[in-house]
Amino acid sequence: MQALTNRLKHVDRRPMNLWEKIYIPAIVKGMAITFAHMFKKKPTINYPEVKRRFSPVFRGLQILNRDAEGRENCTACGLCAVACPAEAITMEAAERQPGEEHLYREEKYAARYEINMLRCIFCGLCEEACPKDAIYLSETFAPAEFQRKQFVYKKQDLLIPHPINEPEAYKKALGNRAVKNSNN
Amino acid sequence: MSEEVKNFKVTIDNITLEVPPGTTILNAARLLGAEIAPPAMCYYSKLENSGGKCRTCLVEVAAGSTADPRPMPKLVASCRTTVMDGMVVKNITSEKVVDARNGVVEFLLINHPLDCPICDQAGECNLQDLSYGWGEVNTRYKFARRTFVREDIGPYIQLHMTRCILCYRCVFVADQLTEKRMHGIVDRGDHAAISTYISKAIDNDFSGNMIDVCPVGALTDRTFRFKNRVWFTKPQDAHRDCEKCCGKVTLWMRGDEVYRVTARKDKWSEVQSYDGKPGWICNTCRFEKKSASDWVIEGLTTISRYSVIGANKYKVKVTPETTIQKVMGGLKPNLLMNIHSISDVNDPDLHLSEIPGPADGKDFDIANEIDNHIDENPYEAENYNKEFMYKNLEK
Repeated sequence: MQALTNRLKHVDRRPMNLWEKIYIPAIVKGMAITFAHMFKKKPTINYPEVKRRFSPVFRGLQILNRDAEGRENCTACGLCAVACPAEAITMEAAERQPGEEHLYREEKYAARYEINMLRCIFCGLCEEACPKDAIYLSETFAPAEFQRKQFVYKKQDLLIPHPINEPEAYKKALGNRAVKNSNN
Repeated sequence: MSEEVKNFKVTIDNITLEVPPGTTILNAARLLGAEIAPPAMCYYSKLENSGGKCRTCLVEVAAGSTADPRPMPKLVASCRTTVMDGMVVKNITSEKVVDARNGVVEFLLINHPLDCPICDQAGECNLQDLSYGWGEVNTRYKFARRTFVREDIGPYIQLHMTRCILCYRCVFVADQLTEKRMHGIVDRGDHAAISTYISKAIDNDFSGNMIDVCPVGALTDRTFRFKNRVWFTKPQDAHRDCEKCCGKVTLWMRGDEVYRVTARKDKWSEVQSYDGKPGWICNTCRFEKKSASDWVIEGLTTISRYSVIGANKYKVKVTPETTIQKVMGGLKPNLLMNIHSISDVNDPDLHLSEIPGPADGKDFDIANEIDNHIDENPYEAENYNKEFMYKNLEK
């Protein structure tokens, strides 16, 4: 049969000679490789103290966006939920009442909005489906928890801080990516 | 029959078929299937005199008839033009038609708001389908769109005039199905609007059918408003004995709750006919029977596989056999997490279908309050009559 590649290597099955039988040179060779690594640059980092930079396309925990006046963008149109391959997103809509115009941008809003982080696979399809600029995957991990019930994120957990009432927290939540984009 | 009616031979998009004289080009094309039939926004085969207004069904007639094979000079509205013997019609094979239809869609969308995320019609909207099929990605229109104030016509129907494309279908329903027409089109041209005179409530028994014939979200069911998206509800065919109408409907359900009742639709999204009669339904069936026990459910409605409504609906459900009880000697598996104890969405105690209009923040706050109260006082929980509590809190 013709070989598919020219990289075929035959295993040497000859009996070991004396140099190989005494074994110590092989150990020394192996140790030399190990010790050589002590002088190389470490690829690991001390995680909580040092944090690695996120990739520009990193997909982390979802946030629900607000507009510049702090009104919620989400209109509970359900496109994120229907796009979600893991069926992690559920919502219930309500009608905006007179006097609530400062809270919600449009006449319909999500009264309840939940993402089950046990199901979410961070694929980012919700972000792609959103017609209202309302959901984004941020540069944050979903934190580890001890109980399953803590992984059902409700609307209050997902909403970005209010840009006027809490400008500091809002800026922090926007993350590096938003700052980079605004500079360009 | 003493005289045999000679069928006319007509060629549509290179397919020849024979139809009886008097058939319109659109109806002849519909016999060939959905790929060939021109789209129609205003024509409704169950309503007399409908059609001829929206111009989406324009086709090119390449040869008028065998007797006079000259082509027609302009594109014709296929819903209003009858076939002639030897007529050659070009629909999607004609560049002129494709170009004209793109233009028509652009005109229809000039004043139509881009509020599909809010609109309850989204997912079953003819205009949405049409603009996906024929429309451009971007709009060239730079001026302010006309807007109207939302209007409740009667307790059950809501009119969003902003979304209306003036197809006149609802006017024909009111004319032909109900004894007395209460609404119509007022003003002319760009100012034309559907309205009721003196804001008169429409209390005809068949007025609800306007919702079904509306090709866009201009007339919507107020009892379904914002309750759920169409594609998350499960359409089921059902019937009940009704004195006023045929009683054959589609229930749009979620769990055991009936969120919406509509007439059954055929593949042209028109009301289905039974024994030659259109299956209009009355307002009692549509708005007042919002409980699964009122209906005899026949089974899941067949939905086109290209429709978003068909997502995650299965006709045959096969549950795989669980072997845990066999292996564990009859022990039942522990339920690690009951989603209703954590999640607020789809609260089993909150019946959205029983709220007459759209839900507002208060409805959800009340449900939250009850849940919190029960969480804090678990010993009292057994003695609660939750429905009684709802009513008390609502007051």
